[in-house]
Amino acid sequence: MNRAAIIDAGLFAALVAVALVAQAAGEPFVITLATKAAIFALAGVGLNLVLGYGGLVSFGHAAFFGIGGYVAGILASHAMSGAPVATFPFTMQGTNEMLAIWPMAMAVAGLVALAIGALSLRTSGVYFIMVTLAFAQMLYYFAISWPAYGGEDGLSFYVRNTFPGLNTFDPIQFFAIVAVLLGLALGLSALIVRSRFGLALRAARAAPGRAVAVGIRPFGIRLTAFVISGMITGLAGALYADLNRFVSPAMLSWHMSGEIMVFVILGGVGRLAGPLAGAGAYILLEHLLGGVSEYWQALLGLLLLVIVLFAPGGIVGMLNGGRGR
Amino acid sequence: MSALLVAEQVLNGLQYGMMLFLMAAGLTLVFGVMGLINLAHGALYMTGAFACAAVAAATGSFWLGLAASLAAAASAGALVELAVIRRLYARDHLDQVLATFALILVFSETTRWLFGSFPLYLSLPEALSGAVDLPGGLVYPAFRLAIIGIGFAVAVFLFWLIGRTRLGIRIRAGEADREMIAALGVDIGRLYTLVFALGAALAGLAGALVGTIQSVQVGMGEPVLILAFVVIVIGGIGSIRGALVGALVVGMTDTLGKAFLPQLFALAMEPSAARAVGSALASMLIYILMAAVLIVRPQGLFGARA
Repeated sequence: MNRAAIIDAGLFAALVAVALVAQAAGEPFVITLATKAAIFALAGVGLNLVLGYGGLVSFGHAAFFGIGGYVAGILASHAMSGAPVATFPFTMQGTNEMLAIWPMAMAVAGLVALAIGALSLRTSGVYFIMVTLAFAQMLYYFAISWPAYGGEDGLSFYVRNTFPGLNTFDPIQFFAIVAVLLGLALGLSALIVRSRFGLALRAARAAPGRAVAVGIRPFGIRLTAFVISGMITGLAGALYADLNRFVSPAMLSWHMSGEIMVFVILGGVGRLAGPLAGAGAYILLEHLLGGVSEYWQALLGLLLLVIVLFAPGGIVGMLNGGRGR
Repeated sequence: MSALLVAEQVLNGLQYGMMLFLMAAGLTLVFGVMGLINLAHGALYMTGAFACAAVAAATGSFWLGLAASLAAAASAGALVELAVIRRLYARDHLDQVLATFALILVFSETTRWLFGSFPLYLSLPEALSGAVDLPGGLVYPAFRLAIIGIGFAVAVFLFWLIGRTRLGIRIRAGEADREMIAALGVDIGRLYTLVFALGAALAGLAGALVGTIQSVQVGMGEPVLILAFVVIVIGGIGSIRGALVGALVVGMTDTLGKAFLPQLFALAMEPSAARAVGSALASMLIYILMAAVLIVRPQGLFGARA
């Protein structure tokens, strides 16, 4: 294993160790924090695929995070009330089986990513940033003004969804589910990045002109990456809804998009475990600084400024001594 | 829906568009000249609004407050440019987004610490607190008419500044080729600070004016910032003319859509469903418009390049 892979594995092991120690010490709150960090990391893994490897600065990933959340929330609330979700073109019942909810959340997030990506990828650079932001904002306003699922107040579902053979209410068991999914997503990213597809995606970022010259058409590659990225972030959203048993338009807001981006950049752009380091550090800071001052986000802002201006490689970059992506 | 109601909504749309123009003009200038995407533009809008509220409350004069909003936003803008933004010109857009996002956090939380979370309210100045009788029997608030007037005045001023003055020539030259104008002896650092402060002052003015008709609170800048992005995507980045046209189009579409779409749907559907569908669609209308513009002209209506 090279140094980068050791750092990636070490960060993942650290996350699991925190949860296990907390379990042994009887601290369920810490397990919940670790679960939250893992879910945010998963959302970041999705974004990192386009942002880090594709060089596409999407400022609208809250759209997919929120959609995943709303799919989970809507299915669960229908399962509770017994009313079908849709009666046309076929009857669809709600469900509280995670194994049924996840594919739905990913499929819907993927479809929306396909539509948003197809339009946004017509632009590049700063236009792309603004356009993805604007589309996410469109969904945010739609969620606020559409009254069927709580509108501005959000949607609560009182029972966490179920997974066969596990008690999802037990914090450590829910953490295990999230951690396994995060591990799978990290593995998938590593495979994608090393594949022909991943090489083409990185080529289109590093030298678009040359990529075209050797026969790579960036649009299709980028759109595929955008859809996969949206699906991973959508899955994270579904898990986040389950963690809180609540979804609200806040999951779709521009602030959420900014936070997902912060996880990726804080940890290190285009580094496999960057989002994990970033999300972990973010949760830790929130917890530590939140105790110091009610206005901890101002301190977070200053810290971010310092990182952007003086440590562009993020946490993983520092651990790795500034070496290779 | 009577003609009078339509006329009133058109004026509302015009007023809204003018506010968006004040925001978008600064953003588009900063992007055009420095190539910088500034998310903290909304924070400068908020700074202007709070400065206006604080000074107006302390002195009792709205006009002093308005002057303070310009001064506070311009100096905050210049300060931020010198301390942070200056280091970002050579960086990629990702660093710019993250650093200006961090600036939003700092501005918002500091303001919350200074002024608290509760919204502040400004009272209208005596001279503009009434309503004006317009031809055709329309009665319209004087302050909103004044906002439309201020917006037009700023637009004329900017067209004059960019098109007719020496500073404008330098700004346009900076857009075209920054090395060349630096080589010709123009202090490019000072020019950038000046342009940034000018954009900030316009944002602060918009914040103070909108704060007067709505309320002044932390986080007021970001929704407007995102609308300003929509405006410059539609108008084309770097173009003041594009910002003006885009702002008016967005202001009109949003206002008229919210006012009339629910009623339009009510012709074909039952009232409660029509209200839900109409208002949901109206809130998405400008983004649909933006998507349409992107399909036809990815570089925006007046943009040179995508």
